[in-house]
Amino acid sequence: MQNRIAQTFAKKQNRLLNIYFTAGYPTLDATVPLLETLAASGADLIEIGMPFSDPLADGPVIQQSSTVALQNGMNLYVLFEQLKDIRQRVPETPILLMGYLNPVLQFGIEKFCEQAAAAGADGLILPDMPLVEYEEEYKEIFQRYGLQPVFLITPQTAPERIRRMDALTDSFLYLVSGPGTTGGGTTQDSGTQEAYFKRVAEMGLRNPRLIGFGIGDKKSFDRACEYANGAIIGSALIRSLEGATDAPAAAKAFVSSVLN
Amino acid sequence: MSYQPNDRGYYGQFGGAFIPEMLYPNVEELREQYLTIMADPEFQREFQSLLRDYVGRPTPLFYAKRLSEKYNTKVYLKREDLCHTGAHKINNTVGQILLARRLGKKRIIAETGAGQHGVATATVCALMGMECIVYMGKIDTERQRPNVERMRLLGAEVRPVTSGSQTLKDATNEAIRDWISNPVDTHYIIGSVVGPHPYPDLVARLQSVISEEMRKQLLEKTGSELPNYVVACVGGGSNAAGAFYHFLDEPSVQLVAVEAAGHGIDSGHSAATSVLGKPGIIHGSRTLLMQDEHGQITEPYSLSAGLDYPGVGPLHAHLAVSGRARFISIDDEAALYAVAELSRLEGIIPALETAHALAALAQLGAGPDDVVVVNLSGRGDKDLETYLKYAEKLNSYASNSASN
Repeated sequence: MQNRIAQTFAKKQNRLLNIYFTAGYPTLDATVPLLETLAASGADLIEIGMPFSDPLADGPVIQQSSTVALQNGMNLYVLFEQLKDIRQRVPETPILLMGYLNPVLQFGIEKFCEQAAAAGADGLILPDMPLVEYEEEYKEIFQRYGLQPVFLITPQTAPERIRRMDALTDSFLYLVSGPGTTGGGTTQDSGTQEAYFKRVAEMGLRNPRLIGFGIGDKKSFDRACEYANGAIIGSALIRSLEGATDAPAAAKAFVSSVLN
Repeated sequence: MSYQPNDRGYYGQFGGAFIPEMLYPNVEELREQYLTIMADPEFQREFQSLLRDYVGRPTPLFYAKRLSEKYNTKVYLKREDLCHTGAHKINNTVGQILLARRLGKKRIIAETGAGQHGVATATVCALMGMECIVYMGKIDTERQRPNVERMRLLGAEVRPVTSGSQTLKDATNEAIRDWISNPVDTHYIIGSVVGPHPYPDLVARLQSVISEEMRKQLLEKTGSELPNYVVACVGGGSNAAGAFYHFLDEPSVQLVAVEAAGHGIDSGHSAATSVLGKPGIIHGSRTLLMQDEHGQITEPYSLSAGLDYPGVGPLHAHLAVSGRARFISIDDEAALYAVAELSRLEGIIPALETAHALAALAQLGAGPDDVVVVNLSGRGDKDLETYLKYAEKLNSYASNSASN
């Protein structure tokens, strides 16, 4: 059977919206309501951030949300407990867990994959997991539990390395829009960026592509969709949740502002 | 057992390159080229000439007579504090700036804890006319103010870091984020034997001049190249890596790594990673790491800004786990005592980091005929504000240590 991510891309080839939020933010119990709301509001895929104390690839907004989530008491045990009935509530939308390797390794990679799969996750985004360690140590475990890895590509990633990533997954490739961490504008001019998006698009890869980093509103989402199958938004959603009294309502309004 | 990294940068189970893809091309470029560049005779000529005429090498190996009498053993001090800028850190920055230039980089970034690495980086950037940005935890900018001013005078931009614990770990995070944002023209001069492969090996090689000189100087002074003990403090561990390097395969030499216990190992305010750490990933390598049961990196503590890092270099993790090095923890009090003692007994005011290594003399168990080399990694000028704060205590220690 095809995984949920592949099924989603089979049904819809463009304008896919992948929304990231941090588990346990703004409140510990916000995870499930946010997940349900995002799925109902039109997010085609959902990334749940597993908060980490030192998220190197993330900018200040996601780091701050992670700090708050950790203070709220979020950890992997709590997250898996929160997600245990999620597939009854959100049956179809692919769920990806995004985070850093250290908490996963402390939890135990096998136990983590087992529980992630049991909780209904379809894929894992671990930006500091090296490709070679994935192939040699983790691939078999990921496959045993039906979890797809998602690899990040940057303007500097060599074509043969992109092909190697493409061969190692049946999900999508995460095109980092330009130099920088999440939530920042990129310092790259639009011509260079366009050339990079086109260069990857013309490679004829097996997997669809989603553009992330620096996508935060309808305008940037629409533009990203010209060059890929869709885009990923994180920091902008988190910002809309800051200080919101009704987090799901704020998330719903945010998704609507991007799609409509 | 090998103490050199394999081709993927592993020392036993520790090391590797756990980095986001955004850093991969930079790190890969460095990995592919560092050994070739460093082996180039022109690089070596320039590096050795700068070490000699700019840094002031070789640094002396000083027989500390009064300290030796006090501990009833033969104590030699490797005077890295006499290097230009006041610490061993410059050995590495001189090497890396030459490397950066050969890689065609225009902009240099660095992280710093105590400020010694930041000053050393700002210095070589001034020397080479390169742009320099130094990330430093806001708390560290306050407790190491003279070094902040020194960096600014040298033309570097110091960026105080307000995230996390506002110390070395967070300064390193921000430097890495800068590198992610500037992947083409920027070289990141990491100041210790930490980070993704090849940094631990690169920095260890550049610092290995310390033990290379020790062997020659010991032969001259004692008739043997090999001491019984080599003692060095460890935060990330660059001075220790340099002091141990040419003794790693000499089993008769006991390698002693001294960590900061802060208020005490079990106090919850400590930086003794070999005792409190578990294998984990920080700043791109797998090493021993202070973390909670959920894999969140915990905040280390030491009075010395250069030692409060929650990890150690992967080489040191390997030395600890394999038993090749002995790890000793020294708390703030004992380190302050050692500051007073060395000042009064030998007329040398050591850096607070270095004082941890000196304080370990009391625990070595070295005999009267044993030769002990302590790597005097840096001088104490930068710590004067801290020393002023503890002036009363230091004075009472000083008269105490001199009268004993």
